[in-house]
Amino acid sequence: MAVIRDVMPAFQLLQPTSIADAQKILDQYGPDAWVLAGGLDSFDWLKDRIKKPNTVVDLSGVEELKGIRETGQGLEIGAMTTLTEIAQHPLIKAKYSLLAQSAELVASPQIRNQGTIGGNVSQDTRCWYYRAGWPCYRAGGNICYADTPVGRNREHAILHAERCVAVNPSDTAPALIALDAKFVIRNRKGERVVNAEDYFVGPEIDITRLTVLQPGDLLTAVRIPATWAGAQFYFEKVRDRNVWDFPLMNVASAMVLSGDTIQQVRVAVNGAAARPLRLKAVENAIRGKQRSIATAEMAGNLAVQGAVPLQFNAYKIPLMRNLVKRSITGVQEATWAS
Amino acid sequence: MGILEWATSPWGQRVPIHIAWFLIWVSLIAGLLFLVVHAIYVRYFAKQKQYAATTSPELLSRLPEKISRHSLAARLFHWIMALAMLALLFTAFLPKVGVQFNWVTYHWIAGLVLTGSIIFHIIHASFFLDFWSIWPDKIDLQDSWKRTLRFFGRPAPLPRKSGKYPFDNKLYHGVIVLCGLAVMVTGIFMKFRVRTGILPRNPYLFGDMSWGLMYVMHGLAGVALIALVVVHIYFAVRPEKLPITYSMVFGSMKRDFYLEEHDPERWVVEPPPFPGSQKGGAHAD
Repeated sequence: MAVIRDVMPAFQLLQPTSIADAQKILDQYGPDAWVLAGGLDSFDWLKDRIKKPNTVVDLSGVEELKGIRETGQGLEIGAMTTLTEIAQHPLIKAKYSLLAQSAELVASPQIRNQGTIGGNVSQDTRCWYYRAGWPCYRAGGNICYADTPVGRNREHAILHAERCVAVNPSDTAPALIALDAKFVIRNRKGERVVNAEDYFVGPEIDITRLTVLQPGDLLTAVRIPATWAGAQFYFEKVRDRNVWDFPLMNVASAMVLSGDTIQQVRVAVNGAAARPLRLKAVENAIRGKQRSIATAEMAGNLAVQGAVPLQFNAYKIPLMRNLVKRSITGVQEATWAS
Repeated sequence: MGILEWATSPWGQRVPIHIAWFLIWVSLIAGLLFLVVHAIYVRYFAKQKQYAATTSPELLSRLPEKISRHSLAARLFHWIMALAMLALLFTAFLPKVGVQFNWVTYHWIAGLVLTGSIIFHIIHASFFLDFWSIWPDKIDLQDSWKRTLRFFGRPAPLPRKSGKYPFDNKLYHGVIVLCGLAVMVTGIFMKFRVRTGILPRNPYLFGDMSWGLMYVMHGLAGVALIALVVVHIYFAVRPEKLPITYSMVFGSMKRDFYLEEHDPERWVVEPPPFPGSQKGGAHAD
């Protein structure tokens, strides 16, 4: 584990007050610029002296990036909106409670007061080999230290782990995928909008990043369409310490029912792979079926197809199977089966 | 800015991890520069080729209209290997220059195809073809010396025409063999670091330094292949080389080209098996 040294390396701190200014700074400094949102992920890196950026761009003074706005198509949440605001916002609680639930389960109240939605979805992985500064795949090297016969990989991936086995630690990410959210990204070429599920990338695409953000890119907002407003939601997070921890795994589902029949559904899981996974095969398999234990079991079994456990994380397979099953039945206390 | 990227292993050892990726551009630019310089040289400065006359009229009368050069098996190998090589280069280097896609799976599958085709070629060339026809021999060295002297205006006898493969072709083949075997062997070992379902994952097969050198060798040979492939494609489409490219597609070349470029004593073409047949040449590969 890294030793926190508390004294950060010297860097140039720039504090823009508008998106346009932030954009100019990011253009100017490119890969040398480190974007600081709530700082909760960033200060770990900086205090451990693993990352030593020349320039830190603190977005806390950009008011345009904050706040929750209702639009004709749904909701727009500024990337610098805190998780507490999201968890407590009346409209989100009323129509998109899935997001409120997921935000409320992030870490501790203090962290939620400081942490932002943009930071939560863009934070780096918690793999300790990587965060300790070891030259692994994710750090540009040629090995995964977690995926060795003696590697400590209890928290690592069971799916899509051909090389790097780190997982994405975001709680809000699967909820946003289930809500079919769109992420608004700006750079000097203009604005682009990507689907939540496409915002995250796995090691097969880029082993050194967890998101599509490139140097110069700025996540400005998250848009949630009205499509899923008021649907039936389910969110569950499993973690070692219930008061304050990253997820071992979490699941989010949004469902529209007609009687007992599942008309529309979206299911996403995080903590199983390097990116949050939308379970399209599960969605396709259960759409049009009765919401029942049998359907949920089928969904759970389908979800873990292709899962390959590492030395110490075989428990994640039954965990994922049960979480998906429960996300379909909507009952937390469903019987566990291994 | 070094040509290698280094890192400190958990045991404090400084080890290479891979090549610096700017070498991709160095290799590509070197390849393109070569073809520009070569094209200018051929267009404006090259003299007419001159060879020592060796073809007897008696031999000429026995030659078929079409000279068989590459068997179907050899041609299939070439094109499969070419496709695998292009797939390997694109999947390896496009992500490094910003084109992101799921490259690893395609890369190792193409690597398996290349490995299989190379193994086939080694066996085929060793036991079923004229193995030595592609390797430089004494006459090649003598003739290249004569050409060098004549290039610099020094007196020297005319060189002979080439055998089945010209000297520069043989040199190119030698370099490709080195680079191809390097990427193939290192690539096979590197599969032990990726979960492919083919080889068991074993990152401890070698020490950090050996693994680092493995990645470096794979990278250096890989970027060298960028320039080599650029040059190869360039020569394949040059007008004066089109008959050779044609023979790699259809298997044979015209008698006129054969007589113009090749020495029938060094590349012996068998007469047609029966009267009326227009295609001859048992020594095809």
